[in-house]
Amino acid sequence: MSREREVVVLGAGMHPWGKWGRNFVEYGIKAAQDALADAGLEWQDIQYVSGADTIRNGYPGFVAGATFAQALGWTGARISSAYAACASGSQAIANARAQILAGLVDVALVVGADAAPKGFFAPVGGDRPDDPDWVRFHVLGATNPTYFGLYARRRIDLYGATVEDFAKVKVKNAKNGLHNPNARYKKAFTLEDVAASPVVADPLRLMDICATSDGAAAVVLCSKEFAAKRTTNPVRISAVSTVTPTFPSAVIEMPDIATDSSAAVKPNELSFRASLAHAAYEEAGLGPEDLSLAEVYDLSTALELDWIEDLAICGRGEAEKLLRDGETEITGRIPVNASGGLGSFGEAVPAQAIAQVCELTWQLRGQAGARQVEGARVGITANQGLFGHGSSIIVTR
Amino acid sequence: MKDHKPVVPGWFTQDDEDFRLLGTRCTACGTVFFPRQDTFCKNPACAGREFEEVRLSGRGTVWSYTNAGYRPPAPYVSDPDAEWVPFTIVAVQLAEEGMIVLGQAEPGVTVDDLTVGAEVEIVPGVLYETDEQVYTTWKFKPAGGAA
Repeated sequence: MSREREVVVLGAGMHPWGKWGRNFVEYGIKAAQDALADAGLEWQDIQYVSGADTIRNGYPGFVAGATFAQALGWTGARISSAYAACASGSQAIANARAQILAGLVDVALVVGADAAPKGFFAPVGGDRPDDPDWVRFHVLGATNPTYFGLYARRRIDLYGATVEDFAKVKVKNAKNGLHNPNARYKKAFTLEDVAASPVVADPLRLMDICATSDGAAAVVLCSKEFAAKRTTNPVRISAVSTVTPTFPSAVIEMPDIATDSSAAVKPNELSFRASLAHAAYEEAGLGPEDLSLAEVYDLSTALELDWIEDLAICGRGEAEKLLRDGETEITGRIPVNASGGLGSFGEAVPAQAIAQVCELTWQLRGQAGARQVEGARVGITANQGLFGHGSSIIVTR
Repeated sequence: MKDHKPVVPGWFTQDDEDFRLLGTRCTACGTVFFPRQDTFCKNPACAGREFEEVRLSGRGTVWSYTNAGYRPPAPYVSDPDAEWVPFTIVAVQLAEEGMIVLGQAEPGVTVDDLTVGAEVEIVPGVLYETDEQVYTTWKFKPAGGAA
């Protein structure tokens, strides 16, 4: 791709993840103010506010862009609000990037924040057989971990993965999260700890599956011209991929109870998750060999291994070997989830994809402290929501 | 005797002999849909608007499987006072239709009875009962007397 399509991450900020029992707006404002301070800008400098929506906090969450703008003080800035399930944060980044690349604005603030309920996510109420999300809960009792369990079992039966491999992902990410001030869980775990936790969705145990958290993340994005007056070595967003699956999608995905049929049309060689990364690589003109690190959506430990292969870092069935050889550790060849990942954060839905970009920004600036990946130049994120929403973002320096 | 009612009308046959899931097929391109699709074809290259009902294959192979170690939240229906017994969920690949369909396994079938690639058959089953009604659904069980 040409460098002309890049925008700069001028500032990054987060509110620590946890269960704080306060309003999501409070978290969002803290993250936004930190991102503005990091960018060296005032709130009044922001021309566009892009909010990532939360659907679990009433109307203010559905119009998050306006909610954050009002809380920071109306300035007449242009705004948008985006919902794309777990990919909402990336969608908000994509909206701000498009405004900047179109030359409509020079500098934008992207904010996502959530206050999450305890336990399994459940669908909205009512008797709605036309809604696949209602159907999978009512007819099958299929929760989100059900799908993670199905993917994990295939790794065991097809590739010879073991539950200990999955536990190793948890141990690695918990170790990384120890050094992250924004992580919710700052506690080392052992393989035995994971094995002692109860089975949620065989073969996955409670500690294989990410919790839901409160948290917030924000970035200040701007044009390269705007950045040139403020920094000489900017961190840039080189690709934002938000592609849909292609028909027929052959992998069972949340919240569906069946895949598309390939009776008439052969499925694409690339799965949906792999196609998200593929489009990002194409847009950035980079490949997996260029990566310094990856932040992937480890909704379960085993899913981190799927993502490593979806990012084409290794072939199908080879991620366990990378893990066992320590290649995905911070000191390894391709560190994965140096931030501690969802395993250390728990998912704060609209903030999570933005938090991935915050981590890459700090890593590429060399500001990641004890979890710093030496000489990081290129990072990728990967994320998947529901109903064909997902994202992959490439950040370079 | 309680009245039997399908949990969702029109998704499976009411005949216990040769029980099948019911889907639809686009008459223009041949793509099969389950849950049934009656208005527009999801194949982006097809403008089909007409669908015929089809009985899906009665057997398939296991794509993957898991279980519910915890009680799922509503709208899943279960007795909150009863001790939770995990049920098994199976993703089954139907060769002819080229699709994967999820379903619960028959009561008593555990993850230890299954393996990726094994053959299963589809059978009628009960999802839950109220004082007046029995809500019926589809279940999977290992084929050929295994388990």
